[in-house]
Amino acid sequence: MSFSITEPTPRAKWISGTLVITYALITLIPLVWIFMTGFKTPPDSISYPPKVFYEPSLEGYVNLFTTRTRVSPEALDALPPPANFAEEIVRNRNMVIAGPSKFGERFMNSVIIGFGSTFLSIFLGTLAAYAFSRFKIPLADDLLFFILSTRMMPPIAVAIPIFLMYRNLGLSDTHLGMILLYTAVNISLAVWLLKGFIDEIPREYEEAALIDGYTRFQAFYKVVLPQAATGIASTAIFCLIFAWNEYAFAVLLTSGTAQTAPPFIPTIIGVGGLDWPAVAAGATIFLLPVMIFTILLRKHLLRGITFGAVRK
Amino acid sequence: MAEVVLNDVSKSFGKTVAVDGISMTIPDGAFVVMLGPTGAGKTTTLRLIAGLEKLDRGSVSIGGRDVGEETPAQRDVAMVFQQYSLYPHLSVRDNLAFPLRSPILKTPEAEITRKVADVADVLQISHKLDNKATELSGGEMQRVSIGRALVRDPAIYLMDEPLSSLDAKLRTDLRVELKRIQASLGATLLYVTHDQIEAMTMATHVGVLNEGRLVQFGTPREIYENPNSLYVASRLGLPRINILPADIFGSAPNGATQIGLRPEHITQGEGTPAEVRRVEHLGDQTRLHLRLQGHEVITLAQDGHDYAPGATLNIAPRNPLSFDANGNRLS
Repeated sequence: MSFSITEPTPRAKWISGTLVITYALITLIPLVWIFMTGFKTPPDSISYPPKVFYEPSLEGYVNLFTTRTRVSPEALDALPPPANFAEEIVRNRNMVIAGPSKFGERFMNSVIIGFGSTFLSIFLGTLAAYAFSRFKIPLADDLLFFILSTRMMPPIAVAIPIFLMYRNLGLSDTHLGMILLYTAVNISLAVWLLKGFIDEIPREYEEAALIDGYTRFQAFYKVVLPQAATGIASTAIFCLIFAWNEYAFAVLLTSGTAQTAPPFIPTIIGVGGLDWPAVAAGATIFLLPVMIFTILLRKHLLRGITFGAVRK
Repeated sequence: MAEVVLNDVSKSFGKTVAVDGISMTIPDGAFVVMLGPTGAGKTTTLRLIAGLEKLDRGSVSIGGRDVGEETPAQRDVAMVFQQYSLYPHLSVRDNLAFPLRSPILKTPEAEITRKVADVADVLQISHKLDNKATELSGGEMQRVSIGRALVRDPAIYLMDEPLSSLDAKLRTDLRVELKRIQASLGATLLYVTHDQIEAMTMATHVGVLNEGRLVQFGTPREIYENPNSLYVASRLGLPRINILPADIFGSAPNGATQIGLRPEHITQGEGTPAEVRRVEHLGDQTRLHLRLQGHEVITLAQDGHDYAPGATLNIAPRNPLSFDANGNRLS
């Protein structure tokens, strides 16, 4: 058998494989549990010992998307037969659907604010990072430090001033206000991460493009941007995860029109008892966009490792 | 194609003077080679002409037009970098088409296809056109890089040691090919190299640079046979010119303190005895390392003569070049 010092032995591969899979399982268990709970009935969700095998039900999802009112058994009997599975599930609990819940709306708010602020952070961050990377900017190091220093305190430390400021500016409970806030927090991360990636792209490419007849902006757009895709993708994921998960400011600054999903999901608990399946259903749906976004950009993340076929 | 005139071109980076008052006329259709050691200012001169660096002093004009304030795109120059800089996210075809698609040229697609095919054919990369640029070998990448310049018809081609990263065979092939292309297009070309063979075989004019200054400009033969300084004399010639005290063979030419003796300017079998120290067989030539009164002398063995280390060989100079104490040529 040939022996190589760079290739791991089958035994080493087996051990590392086992470790990685074990770690993945441990981290995934809570998510799997949430996913399972979403398909339980409320009694199943609180039974002890916890049920691993159960009859799946859509009650959690129905409860998540509807508001319901309790009616007397006589009134229930007087109603026409249920029009769909949702009504059937609700009537089994002696209730009728009163209307849609606000989850859909809140979820859309999360999408608008999360992706909006991610786009804005990346857009501004890329331009700023490019400028810091390529041009001679007076006090560039101090400016970069200043940008980073905005992350040195917990954002919530400025909650009160921001609350007052937003009230005076009329930005409270608006999409724009939340997008600007999350962008302000994310942009320092974006500038620093992206500057690192752009520094890695040799200037020769832009110089070649300038000589090939392009303006500096066109060279940036046609040559730098495609090569920074890896960095932009990973930075975008970081920004989105922050904006998507943010809870404290969302509680403080939004209550109605611009409320995002994180402050909304816990309010489900308060309505008509501990409805864990509905909470779990909300959490499951809430997870999806970030998961899909990450999977879509995964190729770029992997490419980052093998990137750089440039002779230096 | 156009004439390019440099007038007192200067550039410093901090306290380092990279280019110091170079004046040079690159005639229309000329193949000018710039020779010089690392740090002599060759690359900076190219970058100044291309517009990638701003002039501190002096002027550059291309085709009679002062280009000092123009962007690289406006100057209509094509450049091949020493480190091949292919766009890694594009295919070979798109790399070659990139300059043609620029907002300045805006070439119709049909013509792009034709030109790219032509250039790919000349550079023998037709079968790689649909590969990603990063999937090529070093030699192929550099050929694409040269191709990206050749698809255009610029005022001047600037090439910064384009062949230095290639293997010997490819280098020879491309050297011949480049010269043929240049001659058939009547292209104006400014070419930086360390390689004497490239300089001698391709150039119509050679400019020798030293510490940012142009020290001699002329035809390759002039530079080789009639160097104006010791520095220029030692830039060309393989093996290098032998520098010896002027009086080593007897009377010194008037005023000379040093003489330069090219290996082929040493007559063997007469004159002063020297000891053979080492014999190098290179196949087509045999180099003799001699010891002459404590000085190292290198010459080529004559056909049919075989020497062993330790043997004694009489040598005499033939038409030596004489230099003063500062290394300037004396006529």
